[in-house]
Amino acid sequence: MNVERPTNLTQKTAKKMDVDAESSPAIRSANDKARLEAVEPASAPQPELNSKPRWDEVSVSEITPKMRTEGLHASFGASEVLKGISLPIAEKLVTAIIGPSGCGKSTFIRCLNRMHEVVPGATAKGKVLLDKQDIYDRDVDPVRVRGRVGMVFQKPNPFPTMSIRDNVLAGLRLNGVKMADPDGQVERALRQVALWEEVKDRLAKAGTSLSGGQQQRMCIARALALEPEVLLMDEPCSALDPIATARVEELIHELRESYTIVIVTHNMQQAARVANFTAFFYLGQLVEYNRTPVIFTRPNEQRTEDYITGRFG
Amino acid sequence: MAMLEYQMADRRHTDREYENELAQLRERVLLMGARVEEMMTSSRRAFSERDGDLARSTIRNDHQIDTLEMEIDELCLQVLARRQPVASDLRFITTALKLVTDLERIGDLCVNMCERVAELCEDPTYPTQGPIPRIGEAAQSMLHDALDAFVAGDANKAEQVVQRDHMVDAYYAQLFPELVAHMMSDPTVVFRSTRMLSIGKYIERIADHATNIGELVVFMVRGQDVRHMGPASNA
Repeated sequence: MNVERPTNLTQKTAKKMDVDAESSPAIRSANDKARLEAVEPASAPQPELNSKPRWDEVSVSEITPKMRTEGLHASFGASEVLKGISLPIAEKLVTAIIGPSGCGKSTFIRCLNRMHEVVPGATAKGKVLLDKQDIYDRDVDPVRVRGRVGMVFQKPNPFPTMSIRDNVLAGLRLNGVKMADPDGQVERALRQVALWEEVKDRLAKAGTSLSGGQQQRMCIARALALEPEVLLMDEPCSALDPIATARVEELIHELRESYTIVIVTHNMQQAARVANFTAFFYLGQLVEYNRTPVIFTRPNEQRTEDYITGRFG
Repeated sequence: MAMLEYQMADRRHTDREYENELAQLRERVLLMGARVEEMMTSSRRAFSERDGDLARSTIRNDHQIDTLEMEIDELCLQVLARRQPVASDLRFITTALKLVTDLERIGDLCVNMCERVAELCEDPTYPTQGPIPRIGEAAQSMLHDALDAFVAGDANKAEQVVQRDHMVDAYYAQLFPELVAHMMSDPTVVFRSTRMLSIGKYIERIADHATNIGELVVFMVRGQDVRHMGPASNA
């Protein structure tokens, strides 16, 4: 109901009597009914108010996991970096890992494709399941795991001596994949990262001749050429300008259709924009894991609240 | 779901500039709340004492509230643009943005009330005050408690404000038949009685806005939306 705006004192009264008569409950409901019928026939189709995105209806406990860690501990020598992380990673959705420097978030994603163990003195125990198989089982080949679980790093890392084309194919070659149609694979991978139109006429040029944002998308194309099922991204935009960042974020939205994505980011707005689920790590522990909108509007844990609002330390 | 209730004043941001911006915003909202409470107090006094001068000077004070509303809106936009607030900060800012609208409307309703009082002062007596003093007292205490709940981040107190709205509605329901009876028995009081009815309605609307503020405070503290929960909700 309208509230009267301030009026001057001489305003005459007849109109006001109408307003007050209208406020009588009986008259009001009769009026409402007449108005409703005038604008909206009873049989009018109702818009679907509840057509939410799928993930929005899913709570953490209902996730269909592509990967799952169970009691994952990771150490560098005597120093334990992850202290028993159990986390399901939703299939074909984006999971963000946030937390202050040193909280173990990069170590966590490096455990997801057995990159952690390549550092001398690094050890891991606990389970990391990929489609219910523990990737740390003795008979599992880590190279094979890394083919299924690809990774993109913080800084674009093109192979400096290689052309754009060879950069995209490098992962396939290193994994000894026989290529029936290498040109087709290069085009497919570059199209997936929306870089094809920009580079198709200079595929033989050095990968390092591209801009930072283009290099990062080329590196994502290199990871995608192996047709992984899971894509791990370790702060993929921290070295990029806002426009290149927006391109990568748009790409993440598109890749979500076909890949399971885990992204580590220091940029909380980025996590809020791209992720369906967000996990907050602190001192090697999982403090809170929830749907992203919940984490950023009403987190359940005080430590999450303090970190994301900037009240830490 | 276990909800934590935060005492925002106890936890400071690492960025002190940001902390200052939020403190400034909070202080402006409190000032606006205090001004609106003052305005309501003088509107009620102008009514009970039939003081046309007080009514007119109260109307003139409304621009202070309008100015504060615009200032607070601007501060909120600045913080949203510069800080991208999240969690309790985000809830605080969005609450402030909405709360000032309710406060500004209360200011407008006090203006309307004072206009009717000024008109009534041109006649020798009120037909009947009926339950208007009681409605006014109940609405003002709701407003006061809603603002207290905002200051203290006290969701329980805010919930109690929301629950008290039906009392005001019940008082207002008494006023209508009482005035109708007066008008039927003495046609010379019809004009004055309609003014009284308007005043009752304005105060009843003020209580609705106080209820809105209570609901906003519950959201700010707990992140839980309690609006439009039952048939009694009319705000």
